[in-house]
Amino acid sequence: MTTTNTAPAAEPVTELEEHFNRTIQRDQRIEPRDWMPEGYRKTLIRQIAQHAHSEIIGMQPEGNWITRAPSLRRKAILLAKVQDEAGHGLYLYSAAETLGADRGELTERLLAGKQKYSSIFNYPTLTFADVGVIGWLVDGAAICNQVPLCRSSYGPYARAMIRICKEESFHQRQGYELLMTMMRGTEEQRRMVQDAVNRWWWPSLMMFGPPDDQSKHTAQSMAWKIKRHTNDELRQKFVDMTVPQAEALGVTLPDPELKWNPERGHYDFGQIDWDEFQRVISGNGPCNAQRIAARKRAHEEGAWVREAAAAYARKQRERQQRQEAAA
Amino acid sequence: MSSAGKASEQATTEKVRHEWPLYEVFVRSKRGLNHVHVGSLHAADDEMALRHARDLYTRRNEGVSIWVVKAEHIAASSPDEKDPFFAPSADKVYRHPTFYDIPENVPHM
Repeated sequence: MTTTNTAPAAEPVTELEEHFNRTIQRDQRIEPRDWMPEGYRKTLIRQIAQHAHSEIIGMQPEGNWITRAPSLRRKAILLAKVQDEAGHGLYLYSAAETLGADRGELTERLLAGKQKYSSIFNYPTLTFADVGVIGWLVDGAAICNQVPLCRSSYGPYARAMIRICKEESFHQRQGYELLMTMMRGTEEQRRMVQDAVNRWWWPSLMMFGPPDDQSKHTAQSMAWKIKRHTNDELRQKFVDMTVPQAEALGVTLPDPELKWNPERGHYDFGQIDWDEFQRVISGNGPCNAQRIAARKRAHEEGAWVREAAAAYARKQRERQQRQEAAA
Repeated sequence: MSSAGKASEQATTEKVRHEWPLYEVFVRSKRGLNHVHVGSLHAADDEMALRHARDLYTRRNEGVSIWVVKAEHIAASSPDEKDPFFAPSADKVYRHPTFYDIPENVPHM
């Protein structure tokens, strides 16, 4: 130990930070007990929690149709899918906990409106075609977002994303197959599909977040390799992927400006209504209040189960301790 | 709800959270392979942790065996590579087969 107290105190931090930066530069992963800058930890907790909340709230729009699925086959598929969303939420809460966050606290912050979830889940599911379109477009957009996150610099987050991406593929395909089935049906069913596409297309494009020049977190997150592509890059990729899928399905995407641009080698598309995005993300979408109220109700109504399980475990533990003491 | 009621509910939530400890989950994906860490979950006791682990981490035949262990029972080294903890393994090249020169005409070695 040295006797001077200022210089040596500052030095180890710099050294730690350098080590952290080198690890990121070498494209290696940061793991839970590594030293990391406070901003990196905070950014990750915010992003992972928001992602976890989205999975949990995302159970609701589709859960809405489980009891009214048109066949046992569709019902079993939908149940499995909604169960997956719950699982995805839990993988992500688990990743957030490796950063020192507490799952219970994150839930409380969601319920108090202090943490956000994806704006997409604040839109209603009006017909069964919405279930198919969510699988195709919403999960399709989620896959676009999530595949690069499998290489995110934070190990537990990247590993959670690998699991999630494997499962999302089922989600997207079941949705597209559902829509193909409806498109082979009656005129009314085809109209339902087109109507659902019209309602979900623009909100799906908003899932990638604000345009790059307005995204306040993008630059730092890319430097830290938490994010690998910008919002606009991913949005363009999604549009390019989806147009041929829409053609194969026989639906029209509701954008008159959507057109192949041979010079750019991409599809051009129309202006997104960012005012709507801001309205929905700040709490004034069609279903925000309903979604949070349902989550709150489920949390409160499940409290007795959590308490009973804890009481049972406590009783068992005490009984075992008594038996051990007696023996 | 009265403010006292709210406070006691909050206290209960605190307590329950405390009493559902964090478990780390390890899955053997098939016979012949080691158990591998897959993530964590909260459960009231060991049995519930196993059931939750099955529901959460093996929905698609990912496992034939599961271990759960309370996170607080795991002793871990520091993962920091600069830690001298792992240094002793770096300076013993004679532990590796490539350290030894064997003539090429000696078979099966």
